[in-house]
Amino acid sequence: MAERSFREEIGKLRLGDGEEFSGEGILAVTKALLQSGVSYISGYQGAPISHLVDVLSDANDMLQELGVRFESSANEAAAAAALAASVNYPLRGAATFKATVGTNVASDALANLASSGVKGGALIIVGEDYGEGSSIMQERSHAFAMKSQIWLLDPRPNLPSIVNAVEKGFELSEASNTPVMLELRIRACHVYGRFTAKDNVRPVFTRQNALAEPTRDVNRIVLPPASYLHEKEKIEQRWPAAVRFIQENGLNEFFDGDASDIGIVMQGGMYNGVLRALEILGLADVFGDTRVPLYVLNVTYPLIDAEFVRFCAGKKAILIVEEGQPEFIEQAVNTILRRADIQTRIEGKGMLPQAGEYTGAVLKDGLKAFVKQHRPDLLSANMDASAVQPSSLPPAGAVQARPPSFCTGCPERPIFAAMKLVERELGPHHVSCDIGCHLFSILPPFNIGNTTMGYGLGAAGAAALHAEDSKRAIAIVGDGGFWHNGLASSVGNSVFNKNDNVTIVVDNGYSAATGGQDLLSSSAENPARSTRNSIEAAVRGVGVEWVRSITNTYDVARMRDTLKEALTTPQKGPKVIIAESECMLNKQRRIRPLLGRMVKDGKRVVRDRFGVDADTCTGDHSCIRLSGCPSLTIAPNPDPLRREPVTKVINSCVGCGLCGEVAHAAVLCPSFYRASIIDNPSGWDRFKAAWRERVIGFFQRRIERRLAAAG
Amino acid sequence: MNEATIKLRPISIAVLALGGEGGGVLADWIANLAEKNGYLAQATSVPGVAQRTGATIYYVELFPVAAAKAAGREPVLALMPVPGDVDIVVASELMEAARAVERGFVTPDRTTLIASTHRVFAMSERTALADGRADSAALLESCRSAARRLVAFDMAAMAEAPGSVISAVLFGALAGSGALPFPRPAFEATIRRAGVGVASSLAAFGAAYEAVQSPPETGIADKSESEKRFGPAIDSLLASVAGDTAPDTRAIVRAGVERLIDYQDERYARLYLARLLPIAQLDRAPNQRLLGETARQLALAMSYEDTIRVADLKTRRSRFERVRDEVRIADGQILEIVEFMHPRTEEIADTLPAGVGRWLLRTNWARRFVDRFTRKGRTVRTTSVGGFTLLYFVAALKSLRPRSLRYVTEQDAIENWLAAVRQYAADYELGVGVARLRGLVKGYGDTHAHGRDKFEAIAARLPQIQQQPDAAGQLDALLLAANADESGDALRAAIAKLS
Repeated sequence: MAERSFREEIGKLRLGDGEEFSGEGILAVTKALLQSGVSYISGYQGAPISHLVDVLSDANDMLQELGVRFESSANEAAAAAALAASVNYPLRGAATFKATVGTNVASDALANLASSGVKGGALIIVGEDYGEGSSIMQERSHAFAMKSQIWLLDPRPNLPSIVNAVEKGFELSEASNTPVMLELRIRACHVYGRFTAKDNVRPVFTRQNALAEPTRDVNRIVLPPASYLHEKEKIEQRWPAAVRFIQENGLNEFFDGDASDIGIVMQGGMYNGVLRALEILGLADVFGDTRVPLYVLNVTYPLIDAEFVRFCAGKKAILIVEEGQPEFIEQAVNTILRRADIQTRIEGKGMLPQAGEYTGAVLKDGLKAFVKQHRPDLLSANMDASAVQPSSLPPAGAVQARPPSFCTGCPERPIFAAMKLVERELGPHHVSCDIGCHLFSILPPFNIGNTTMGYGLGAAGAAALHAEDSKRAIAIVGDGGFWHNGLASSVGNSVFNKNDNVTIVVDNGYSAATGGQDLLSSSAENPARSTRNSIEAAVRGVGVEWVRSITNTYDVARMRDTLKEALTTPQKGPKVIIAESECMLNKQRRIRPLLGRMVKDGKRVVRDRFGVDADTCTGDHSCIRLSGCPSLTIAPNPDPLRREPVTKVINSCVGCGLCGEVAHAAVLCPSFYRASIIDNPSGWDRFKAAWRERVIGFFQRRIERRLAAAG
Repeated sequence: MNEATIKLRPISIAVLALGGEGGGVLADWIANLAEKNGYLAQATSVPGVAQRTGATIYYVELFPVAAAKAAGREPVLALMPVPGDVDIVVASELMEAARAVERGFVTPDRTTLIASTHRVFAMSERTALADGRADSAALLESCRSAARRLVAFDMAAMAEAPGSVISAVLFGALAGSGALPFPRPAFEATIRRAGVGVASSLAAFGAAYEAVQSPPETGIADKSESEKRFGPAIDSLLASVAGDTAPDTRAIVRAGVERLIDYQDERYARLYLARLLPIAQLDRAPNQRLLGETARQLALAMSYEDTIRVADLKTRRSRFERVRDEVRIADGQILEIVEFMHPRTEEIADTLPAGVGRWLLRTNWARRFVDRFTRKGRTVRTTSVGGFTLLYFVAALKSLRPRSLRYVTEQDAIENWLAAVRQYAADYELGVGVARLRGLVKGYGDTHAHGRDKFEAIAARLPQIQQQPDAAGQLDALLLAANADESGDALRAAIAKLS
């Protein structure tokens, strides 16, 4: 089960004609899919499209009623490959994942799909994880769309436009026999807004129809000579069909303005930011009325030559607002205008930065520079005076970064604490990381990890760093990465190539980093999926002989000793340590309500948490350097003689036990204590407590008398 | 587009929060509040990895429905804040408030800044070897000078009393500030509609609302209390050491005396004062910083943490009460306390009489024998009779402490250091620096050993440092380097650079 429950949202997916949907952008996309008569949806979770996958995972009953199949795919390649159902049959299908990492993984299937062409509408919904808050390499999905000739939609970031893009996207796909990619940026996926819903549509042609009477067309299969035919078809038939559809349906939008000798062309997703910048410059109002003509590309590939020619007529200059690089649109527009022999000057990456997110401030500065250059008369002198005075800025360096880190009580933290302890004994090792929460090890306080090459590629990323009679490299793979790609590319690869490296499979029972979705090896019962498939059996199945499973990662000493053994054993071949303990975020979500209910019902419940005695803590904080847990923080020293802040455990502590284990394993200090709080104690508990109270009270009174005498 | 519509602007609100702090809840409340009260709302955020403990910005824009109806069009609302164009910034923590200022979201012409003044320390502040905290006063000052209006108080503490969350307090402060065109009941109705933890949220909301509407008087607490008397022997010594010094210095010396009586006995406290006397006589500066720093470090050095001290502190009734308090034991609950201790052979030898301790450390077979029992850490259940009495009897070894190995080595080290303080005090600032240097030695086990190594490495260079121009500055720089990392690499590099 995912981090959030989507019961309320599922209700929204049932809204009918004329009712108002209010909610998140990505859920509006989900509703739009159902309104479009989609037959199947496949997806691999990941911010910012996780909620699409999550809500559909929770909506199984409703999907069955509608005759829609939802695949929680093993990876993005599997999600994209599912679109093959639309090659031979008039079935509408959608695949979703985050980009560009997901597009990378999916590109094999996407390229084949695009070459074959589709009969039923095929929509690929990508969450473009670019700019602030992104967790991946900064690249563009645009390149994938162009290389495989997949049409690319980038609608204005409001719910009606996004919903319209889904509906028109299917039609465009069918009209041009080409898959269509819908690109949504992070904020658009999470934007809360409204649109007027339509009834959901059951597909007319069903999957049952397809299975009952399969059809095949050898010309739709990517094999010579058909593959040569496909390329010609792309240029001669599919492209012109798409251009026709886009123009006839007015997918791109034009907004007129009185400053008709200049204009701004933008990706649809940039529209709200551009308009706000124009408002601040006094060149537009909040309703979108603008003095500068705008051309909004809700379709960023293919570009429509005729529309550019029309827009540029009578203009001395246009500005192209295109986020990310390379600037594919700007380059293409140069070609279009050159061929049409139009002399309009094209501004773009000179006035706006080549790289990085186009934030409000960036857009404001870029637009201002453009207008100043070509129509300075439009700008009033006193605009935009409100800037922060330097004197009111906080002192340089005072505002410190907050790198993401492991959650309170995370079971992965002790794995890296143990690695830190091994590092003290055996020196540093090369560590090849993967994708997942465990990647936070590269940041303070652990500072562990050299590279990350992609999902499930931890051990593959260490493959070359192998030498006889040398220190071994360590690779990390999460359970998410393991099932995504890691079993074959990391583990199988190590076996086949007789690699000696050590691989730690971090098994927290969920695809935790993407929101706690279930996996093949999750321990949860999931009626809709097959879970509880053993990682150890899989690892042994591909031929690993040295396998150790540790079922309690918080046992730091055991973790440390096992890792040391793996690094030093003379046994050849890959060494795999499976370190499993449940993701604490999900565990707390699971057990907290249960415990609350038990306490209410008068049942005996014991809850642990940790604490630090301030009077024995010397303020060195080495315990924090081996943990970094959010509940392990600092506080002013209550001792009038000491200046350094003491370590303090705050009430968010979940009593995972790591602090005590680390204090023991690293011989830190005796300040840590574990407090066990017993709710609804039994008679035996109360009897014991009373007896202890008497004995301990007696001694404590003696201590007090002695202290009083000394003072 | 005309003069009237160009002046119509949405209300822009940025919420800066840390992952898991309820920034999303607050943004949802604001959007819901607005929608039920005649406004259109758009809200968005960039959660992603920042959800895991990082800093997150939620951004909300509100626009009056009536104005949209009048124009017959939907407004276009932005998805991210533009510096200089934000009406309200809500920050759940002080450094996040300062981050908003740094990013230009808080401007004196228009921004109401609502910020909690409590600190959630950044990783770099928490992992520092000594004190890495940012200057809270400077952060708050930048907020004050950047905002048109600042509403700031400790909202985390306010949330605590009714057992609520900070988002409810922030919402109350937002309501109380009057920055949004909605009355108090509209805010409260929003909390009721959300339907989660309504009673405690409303209590926290109300407290914050009142606090903003009628700020509590901040009277100056009367702190003058009469000085405790220790007994004739100590009092007369105390008079000659710190009879007429600055109040701060005097307070430190008195705290030192109290600590050492508590640690050992009155005799030990007299030794402390006797050791300070020559420093007091030598320190002619008006505020006697040399005496103050030496007194502070000497008290800490003389009350070094050995197993006896740890057992002593852990068994006291006041400590039991503090733990009950800290973990918030309620009526009817039972508390069990388990300690995590890892005494090694070294610590055991330290507690033995000096001769026996030395023998244990240098006799291989004996050491190996004891090592075998100390390889693993021990847990001691202090709330059980067995665990408590064990610690009680370790604490009772106090009377034997002056004969222990650790006592002998510590007193030697202290005398050497005091001699150095006196020797280098000819350069006053250098003397203060040498006194401060002792602070490197702290903690237990390896931490203590590393600290001692660093202290000795610098102490050995003192004759050389003394020859340099700005000797005190040089010493400060070395101290800084010593606290830069655990391994001592930075210190070694800094020492190598000494000419």
